[in-house]
Amino acid sequence: MKKLKSSLTNMVLVLTIISIVAACALAAVNSATKQQIENIKAENLAKSIKKVLKVSESEPLEVTDSEVTDAENNVFVLHTTDKGVAIESTQNGFGGPLKVLVGFDSEGNILGYSILETSETPGLGIKAAEWFQEGSKGCIVGKNPATTRMGVTKGGEGDIDAITASTITSRAFLKAVQTAYDQTFGNNTDGTTSASQKGGNK
Amino acid sequence: MNNLKVLFNGIVKENPTFVLLLGMCPTLATTTSAINGMSMGLATMFVLILSNFLISLIKNLVPDMVRIPCYIVVIASLVTVLQMLMQAYVPDIYETLGLFIPLIVVNCIILGRAEAFAAKNNPVASIFDGIGIGIGFTLALTLLGAVREFLGTGGVFGFTLQGEQYGMLMFVLAPGAFLTLGYLIAIVNKIKK
Repeated sequence: MKKLKSSLTNMVLVLTIISIVAACALAAVNSATKQQIENIKAENLAKSIKKVLKVSESEPLEVTDSEVTDAENNVFVLHTTDKGVAIESTQNGFGGPLKVLVGFDSEGNILGYSILETSETPGLGIKAAEWFQEGSKGCIVGKNPATTRMGVTKGGEGDIDAITASTITSRAFLKAVQTAYDQTFGNNTDGTTSASQKGGNK
Repeated sequence: MNNLKVLFNGIVKENPTFVLLLGMCPTLATTTSAINGMSMGLATMFVLILSNFLISLIKNLVPDMVRIPCYIVVIASLVTVLQMLMQAYVPDIYETLGLFIPLIVVNCIILGRAEAFAAKNNPVASIFDGIGIGIGFTLALTLLGAVREFLGTGGVFGFTLQGEQYGMLMFVLAPGAFLTLGYLIAIVNKIKK
């Protein structure tokens, strides 16, 4: 077959047809995968909520969702249950947004946490997923942000050991935990000022 | 040119990373660990094979003056399809590579092969070229990722080979990417001679 000439009609026609075919293909794949993608997201979130509230996976858990925006335009999603509250909190880490899910009991003690979204450096900041868990060096589980300052020990900012060579990630993580606490357990003004000060240190 | 020759051409003689020096952005950015490099290589290979095939099918229908927009539409659609499929069926890999998947659209290896090979050859040869270049790219990225991971964290594919305390952080970060890539290119060129 001979190649089509580059006349105006040919060009317009070919480009239009290709775009229409591509759009149809995309629409088809989108409708085929949409449900599956949403299922996976919802499933992962439900699992994470149970994990951070220390509820076993088989146990049923009723969750009420609500959304709060603070003075710095950070959006928090609160998942309230009778076992405590799990909060999605986002801060800028070293490699991009760092989204953390923190679980508090009714007194504000940290029950557990899970990293929902991260683009931290592999081998360094990515360790945040284990570093602050129970039994690790920077353990925050069981602590209450009202009595333990959520900041790195370096420079006396707080009481938590930072991840080795990943101070920026650690700061972002702890700030996410602190702001999540401030949102739920009051004293918003204080939380905002300390948060902005920490931001200035970067 | 027979198909097998086309296949090996992409892996060794015209290795996209070490010889053609194409697609440097994803090469440097995603190779922080061996598994990341490999996944990026495989995702690129998938798009490359399909785009080579489709473009060589439609090559005579596309007028010369609008060929690049047409190719880009085809490539971008394929990448979006890949992105949605990965999100739905392999969410874990999508989590690590999510940011880089859309970048495959502007990866010059793909447009480069479409222009240099698929637009001049038949669909079957184009598939082989896609596989060859894809394997070459995957191997290069895996190797680069493995070297950086080993020097930076002391392990490869997540297994620790030497104590983590011996890791040189720099190799996981951006400067290490340039250094490692430079040395690997030098070594590959030396061996080829």
